[in-house]
Amino acid sequence: MALKQESQDSAKTFTRRALLVGGAQGLLLSALAARMYYLQIVEADRYVTLAEDNRVNLRLIPPPRGRIVDRLGIPMALNQQNYRVVLVREQAREVEPILDSLAQIISLSEHDYRRILREVSRKRAFVPVTVQDYLTWEQVSRIEVNAPDLPGVSIEVGQTRHYPYSEALTHILGYVSAVSERELTGDPLLELPGFRIGKQGIEKQYDNALRGSAGNSHLEVNALGRVIRELSRDEGTPGRDLVLTVDAELQTFVHKRLENELSASAVVMDIHNGDVLALASAPGFDPSIFNVGMSNETWQALINDPLAPLTNKAIAGQYAPGSTYKMIVALAAMESGIGSDHRVFCPGHMTLGNAKFHCWKRHGHGWVDMVEAIKQSCDVFFYDVARKAGIDRIAEVSKRFGLGATTGIDLPGEQPGTIPTRDWKLATTGEPWQMGETLVSAIGQGFVLSTPLQLAVMTARLANGGKAVTPRLTRPATDSGEAKEPPSMNISPAMLRVLHHSMDLVVNHQRGTAYGARIDIDGKEMAGKTGTSQVRRISLAERAAGVYKNEDLPWRRRDHALFVAYAPVHAPRYCCAVVVDHGGSVSKAAAPIARDILLETQVRDPAVNPPIQLVAGDPARAQGS
Amino acid sequence: MARRPMMLPDYSIGMRNPEMTLGEKIWQINWIMILLTTLVASTGFAMLYSAANGNMDPWASRQITRFAIGLAIMLTVALVDVRIWFRHAYLIYLAGLALLVAVELVGETGMGARRWIDLGFIQLQPSEVMKVAVILALARHFHGMASEEVGRLGNLLIPMLLIAAPTALVLKQPDLGTSIMLAAVGAAVFFCAGVRLWKFAAVGAAGLALIPIAWQFLHEYQRARVLNFLNPESDPLGSGYHLFQSKIALGSGGLFGKGFLLGTQSHLNFLPEKHTDFIFTMFAEEFGMVGGLTLLGLYALLLAFGFAIGLRARNQFGRLLAIGLTCNLFFYVFINIAMVMGLIPVVGVPLPLISYGGTAMLTVMGGLGLVMSVYIHRDIRIPRRGPGDDL
Repeated sequence: MALKQESQDSAKTFTRRALLVGGAQGLLLSALAARMYYLQIVEADRYVTLAEDNRVNLRLIPPPRGRIVDRLGIPMALNQQNYRVVLVREQAREVEPILDSLAQIISLSEHDYRRILREVSRKRAFVPVTVQDYLTWEQVSRIEVNAPDLPGVSIEVGQTRHYPYSEALTHILGYVSAVSERELTGDPLLELPGFRIGKQGIEKQYDNALRGSAGNSHLEVNALGRVIRELSRDEGTPGRDLVLTVDAELQTFVHKRLENELSASAVVMDIHNGDVLALASAPGFDPSIFNVGMSNETWQALINDPLAPLTNKAIAGQYAPGSTYKMIVALAAMESGIGSDHRVFCPGHMTLGNAKFHCWKRHGHGWVDMVEAIKQSCDVFFYDVARKAGIDRIAEVSKRFGLGATTGIDLPGEQPGTIPTRDWKLATTGEPWQMGETLVSAIGQGFVLSTPLQLAVMTARLANGGKAVTPRLTRPATDSGEAKEPPSMNISPAMLRVLHHSMDLVVNHQRGTAYGARIDIDGKEMAGKTGTSQVRRISLAERAAGVYKNEDLPWRRRDHALFVAYAPVHAPRYCCAVVVDHGGSVSKAAAPIARDILLETQVRDPAVNPPIQLVAGDPARAQGS
Repeated sequence: MARRPMMLPDYSIGMRNPEMTLGEKIWQINWIMILLTTLVASTGFAMLYSAANGNMDPWASRQITRFAIGLAIMLTVALVDVRIWFRHAYLIYLAGLALLVAVELVGETGMGARRWIDLGFIQLQPSEVMKVAVILALARHFHGMASEEVGRLGNLLIPMLLIAAPTALVLKQPDLGTSIMLAAVGAAVFFCAGVRLWKFAAVGAAGLALIPIAWQFLHEYQRARVLNFLNPESDPLGSGYHLFQSKIALGSGGLFGKGFLLGTQSHLNFLPEKHTDFIFTMFAEEFGMVGGLTLLGLYALLLAFGFAIGLRARNQFGRLLAIGLTCNLFFYVFINIAMVMGLIPVVGVPLPLISYGGTAMLTVMGGLGLVMSVYIHRDIRIPRRGPGDDL
């Protein structure tokens, strides 16, 4: 019975311990239940959110960029469809043989091969890899025809910015290009591959309006990122179309006319409302190269070109205004009490202390009054009246006419120029003003600097009877047209009449400096003023050696030729400023350009057609064609 | 736990070797256990159907076939006299050990570990078979020992070797989960056989002391799993990704779940291994806490039957066998569910009867068959030195 006793002992121990094990298991299973409660009830909200984040992928839909049209509604910047061929590895299976077949239709370099194979191996199997961009229509159709032999190959349509006027409008429109690292603002739209933003000109100035706002698509994706289905979609707002005050045809004319020179710029404005009708700077550049991407050589050539094709010289070129400044000096003289009948004898120079200040005419003009002095651009007369008026009064009048400060035109990169005063000189150079500097300033040389746009604004304010117009490329959305008059600058009409008369004679009197460039058509005559911006003074040694004329100097050292004008002379509507870089003689370089431009402007007469009004938010328009 | 579970016919204590006819045995089959097993396995079929996005292929249909085979094995094993299992316990153990050595030599490699032998119709994982074999061998060994013999340290050497040999082989594969389970199951049998608690404490202390050394032997991915377990959300896209996604799936299931076939985490493939180790996560995502607790309840019932049978058996071999196998089932359930809920590190242990996989299903069902055999032959007494050859 000992055996039985023992086995009963074992059975007792077993029962006790089995119950302990069972109890422990019960506890552990309860722990699992508690954990389940914690995860699925207590923390459920958090995990529901995380599960949704996993599942739903927000994909941005880039909005179509707004078009830019001219005052007549002619598109100057629009979106074009561009075709690219893409390859999906998953469907292609064997990539290389397919690339070989594709290479018979499109040209693929060794470099392209490597890039594509690299991208294919990096990206997930269902993600399309771009094989080539900007296909021609013929290539597209050949690929489509061969589609059965090209599994995994498909054509995708994208949008590219297209500028039909190319170089003629680059400096106004600017261009779009890929977003750079430091332009990222955190807006996810900017991070979309292939997204373009405005980098210059109007494209940059109005980038936000043109860009529109991104739509989005909520997609259900799996763990690999493959799209399972679209949950919801919001199309976003397409970019707003923009109407410029520019007349694209006139702009093209101006640009072509300037291209005859190595380097030149011009502005055409409506003198009453400030509409900029044309604003050109030659040479220009093809804006599409920034969109497609250019080689380093092209880029280096562009930025190192001495003719500065990337710079909009009409707003960023600062030139000494030369004699085009004389109207301002004359007005300052009249406002300081010097009558228009004030007479000065010009022997060809003026002596101040030990220094001799030359008139451009070596043997002098003899006795001249104000009208005669402007007409013949006598320097000595202006030396004389500037001494009497004083530099600060000249500066004050200059500023009223928009010189020495940015005009506020809606373009990026505008330069302010310089109008010197006594205080300005002390502050910048630390030295007191010299009387000689007043004389140099009186003929628009020395410290005085202005942009072609500022000269156009100055001319407009002279021609419109002293109203402070400001230049603009777009009309504010609320502005219904001509309603708002620019504020008056309170300038005596009598004084303005003297200046108008003088500028008339400059062009239309046979002894005027621009008589050779007059418009000989009834009712379309122009008035104007010549100017020469000295790049460097011709030295005594050069004079001794017989160098008197600019034509004898190398191009880089020649003077700039300037001309400001308005027309028609008796009922002014348009003004124009032309600067020919190193153009030498004004009457040969700048004035004929201004004549051609103003004649063309009057023939086209863009002011009779105010900029068109677009129906706001019409997406069909924004799509372009 | 009830000492006398339901439906147990009362055999008189004095009955000696009641030889049973086949009919009597079939009458004695515990049909409720079979029902519970089928219910759990059917949950598995539904989840495998869902894991394949509403398709019977590739998993659910094959799993059903295996279950049918498993059911046949289970019933056959149940009807075989428990004394035959007793007699062949060591043989089965040696066969299992031989298979483990064989897998080391000719085994197929999966996930960087040698784990299975391809037999054509099944990819046999000897380590799964070994769990049952170890329990059989231990039960037989302890069957012959009186309480005081169990108390002698020298007598524990052989059973410890019985556990250590397969554990070491499985660890070498490497399969951390299975080797932990082997050791744990062995410990449970030791415990129920009456081994003193201080000996467990001593072994436990020794084990703790060995952790730094064992760490050296762990594979890089195993270390990463342990470290990620300690701080899973530090690196949600790295190797902690699986566990983090599993917790998201579970948590987002909420009280009632997202509905059958509607688990986003599972169906969009954020959940890894959703048809094998992480199938419970998928179930809890689609059926919520209600579903999860129900499944846990089914397992608990199955375990309760195992314990009741162990307590009811009148031979030490049957008792230890029933408890050992029940503990084995428990460790499967606990380790798997605790793992997918982030309570313990990720170790590759399937959810029994539910995870897709042949060997685990067949061995678990074979084990349940053994438990049922213990039940059917509960009143048979087996002498200390074993039954005679009269059987």
